[in-house]
Amino acid sequence: MRKIYKIRKGLDINLKGEVKTDDIRSHVPDLFAVEPARFRLMKPRLLVQEGDLVECGTPLIQNKLDERMFLTSPVTGLVKRVIRGDKRKLLSVEIEADKKESKINFGKSDPSLIDREAMIAKLLKSGLWPLLRQRPYAIIANPDDTPRDIFISAFDSAPLAVSDHAFIQKNSESFQVGIDVLKKLTPGKVYIGLHAEKTDELVYAPFKNVELRLFSGPHPSGNVGVQIHHIAPVNKGETVWYLYPQDVVAIGKLFLTGYREITRFVSVAGSELKDTYMVEMPAESSLEWLLAGNIKEGDVRVISGNALSGTHVGKQGFLGFYETMLTVIPEGKYFDFFGWAAPGLNKHSASRAFPAFLTPKRKFRLDTNFHGGERAFVLSDQYDKVFPFDILPVYLLKAILAGDIDKMEKLGIYEVAEEDFALCEYVCTSKIESQQIVRDGIDLMIKEMS
Amino acid sequence: MISMKKGLRKFLDKIKPSFQKGKKLYFLHSTFDAFETFMFVPDKVTEKGAHIRDAIDLKRTMTVVIVALLPALVFGMFNVGVQHFLLKKEFIGMSWQEVISAAGIWPLFWYGFLKVLPIIIVSYVVGLGIEFMFAQIKGHEVNEGFLVTGMLIPLIVPPTTPLWMLAVAVAFAVVFGKEVFGGTGMNIMNPALLARAFLFFAYPSHMSGDAPWSVAADAVSGPTPLAQAASYNVDQMPSLMDSFLGFIPGSIGETSVAMVLIGALILIFTGIGSLRIMLSVIAGGVLMSFIMNAWGANAYMEMPPLWHLLVGGFAFGTVFMATDPVTAAQTQWGKIIYGLLIGMFTILLRVLNPAYPEGMMLAILMMNVFAPLIDHYVVETNIRRRLRRVKQEIK
Repeated sequence: MRKIYKIRKGLDINLKGEVKTDDIRSHVPDLFAVEPARFRLMKPRLLVQEGDLVECGTPLIQNKLDERMFLTSPVTGLVKRVIRGDKRKLLSVEIEADKKESKINFGKSDPSLIDREAMIAKLLKSGLWPLLRQRPYAIIANPDDTPRDIFISAFDSAPLAVSDHAFIQKNSESFQVGIDVLKKLTPGKVYIGLHAEKTDELVYAPFKNVELRLFSGPHPSGNVGVQIHHIAPVNKGETVWYLYPQDVVAIGKLFLTGYREITRFVSVAGSELKDTYMVEMPAESSLEWLLAGNIKEGDVRVISGNALSGTHVGKQGFLGFYETMLTVIPEGKYFDFFGWAAPGLNKHSASRAFPAFLTPKRKFRLDTNFHGGERAFVLSDQYDKVFPFDILPVYLLKAILAGDIDKMEKLGIYEVAEEDFALCEYVCTSKIESQQIVRDGIDLMIKEMS
Repeated sequence: MISMKKGLRKFLDKIKPSFQKGKKLYFLHSTFDAFETFMFVPDKVTEKGAHIRDAIDLKRTMTVVIVALLPALVFGMFNVGVQHFLLKKEFIGMSWQEVISAAGIWPLFWYGFLKVLPIIIVSYVVGLGIEFMFAQIKGHEVNEGFLVTGMLIPLIVPPTTPLWMLAVAVAFAVVFGKEVFGGTGMNIMNPALLARAFLFFAYPSHMSGDAPWSVAADAVSGPTPLAQAASYNVDQMPSLMDSFLGFIPGSIGETSVAMVLIGALILIFTGIGSLRIMLSVIAGGVLMSFIMNAWGANAYMEMPPLWHLLVGGFAFGTVFMATDPVTAAQTQWGKIIYGLLIGMFTILLRVLNPAYPEGMMLAILMMNVFAPLIDHYVVETNIRRRLRRVKQEIK
């Protein structure tokens, strides 16, 4: 009998603007941006200047914290702009493609023939290394570590997210090579988390060197943190790495072809789009072409990633290095006349204080309004209902707010990332920004532990 | 309606600048903010973290609790009228059913309404006044917590309470029960119960639920069932049905178990009140009643569990007081232990200490103080579970 990890706590938020999964397009825009702020534990050193010609794979940014680590150019072309923010903080390096075919070749290699060190060196040099992230802390993996296991979450349970099986099936050869690489990086196992009902096990059944694990239940069952916690939790002193199926394909391609190529199978979704579809496009590419003429009237928010933990990028924004989703929702800058007292027929709530509970299947057009003011913690079991960890979320948050390193460690900071608290933040009556609190806590841990 | 809304918004936007820092009316900015957010949920949008947010906020939550309290309040007013008329010369010797048919529903309700309304007004005016003042001094938003506290207090005091006493008690509860700890969410003890406890200990002759009520010049009610029981007049207690419906003397909102049950259903259904705590309190109460029954040294000890659940403030306290999310235990197991102990101590206090006929108030206040300790041990268990995982792996 197959074992299913049943996730009972959680919440599926049904948003309007679902993606049409059978409408698959493909596009390579001209403008790309490498944005170091999107990476955790990255202190950028700029290696190029405006006007330089770069090839796909040319290092643009070196990580001062680990000089072996680079962010490389996603495309061959011209460095068009270097954008800096306050205190000359490097925000973005924009590159315009010049349609030349030249690319840096990092060399084909069979993962079964080269040794681990060479493999790591190749990933670092090509700029694909940051695809590997680690728990604790949800930061870029440390090349000197040997991870206990590697985890891949093969389904996304976030609002409006859809399966990317079509992409994996299409790139099954690269995927297998990618898995073989990962297998060599860890003495442990490579786990793939699947949804028992939503994901088709048959897609992943043919692959070798992997352990399939099934999950069921609502969001956040697709969060890799939840899956790690249920399969084999991270204890103090242990490190595991994690990534996503599309990242595995990119790693596989590097070893198969020698080129740096991160292709994303992106779902373009959200209530404010006229047209929703799936699109194959390179990571870090401009979203402008995709939004032009496709946005309904009114003020909208363009999110690279999902509505719960994605990044607000704006209409001129770029798809992030890690993200496989684009969500466009309405902004909520309006005053709501007696909003707390009115019936609230169009509002969504996990509580039964609004009529939304009567129609669990109904889809909502939710905006970015805060729906209230920030308060102290008042209700006590709201978070528990959407937080499928054996961790006491409010106590962990309070330990972080108090800056108590010892307590944070004891209460399980090693196992969580901000995305795991996204639903807590969503349902919070007191409107407490728990994702930011968790990130601050993790940053504090990194600072104190190094 | 729409034009009124727009006009109001325009007006607020116009006067808003005068409340900003450095302006003439800055000293009233918290007050302005409270009224503005009362009428309009702010236009604030998410900046970091989740881009979408649940529609619920503290105002909505508190509104639900108020709605849950309304049945008990309305019935409480009616019952104040009934109890008063029962003691009138012309109705002496009648049952409440006869009084209702003789005097009519409206006069009874009207009498109670006039008796209770000033209590509610005093509670809100004093409490909110202090809340606004503290919000202003500390520069934070006015918290909605007192909306519920201000309604709970009138419901748990005897209808005969002099208004000045009530005002002193509310001031004490808000200042020393809440504000000194940092406001709603930070308090250790339930402010409404603290107000009741203050009255009980500061003015015992008015509060004991004993004879003085009925001999007062303007008699409002006779001795409460618990006072009867405490003087071992168990045989003089009202019928089970009367206690369930609530046609018995007692504090304004606590007498009717039926009305409290309606409130309980609202709280449980919306998920705002903890069913876990309510059931634990009842379980604790029943358990301790059985223990007392087994002992059975006097008539009060032999009082069956159902009686304990139906009379006094047991039901009201279970549903509206013990479940206060701020002062109750916060962890799932903690809630069970917390509830059980409240139930047990209530019966213990009632039966073994006739000086305090109502054990509920003291039991909850005591467990409020112990709740953090209970939680501490539950949290420790969670921590130990995590540590054990490491040890297992080393083996």
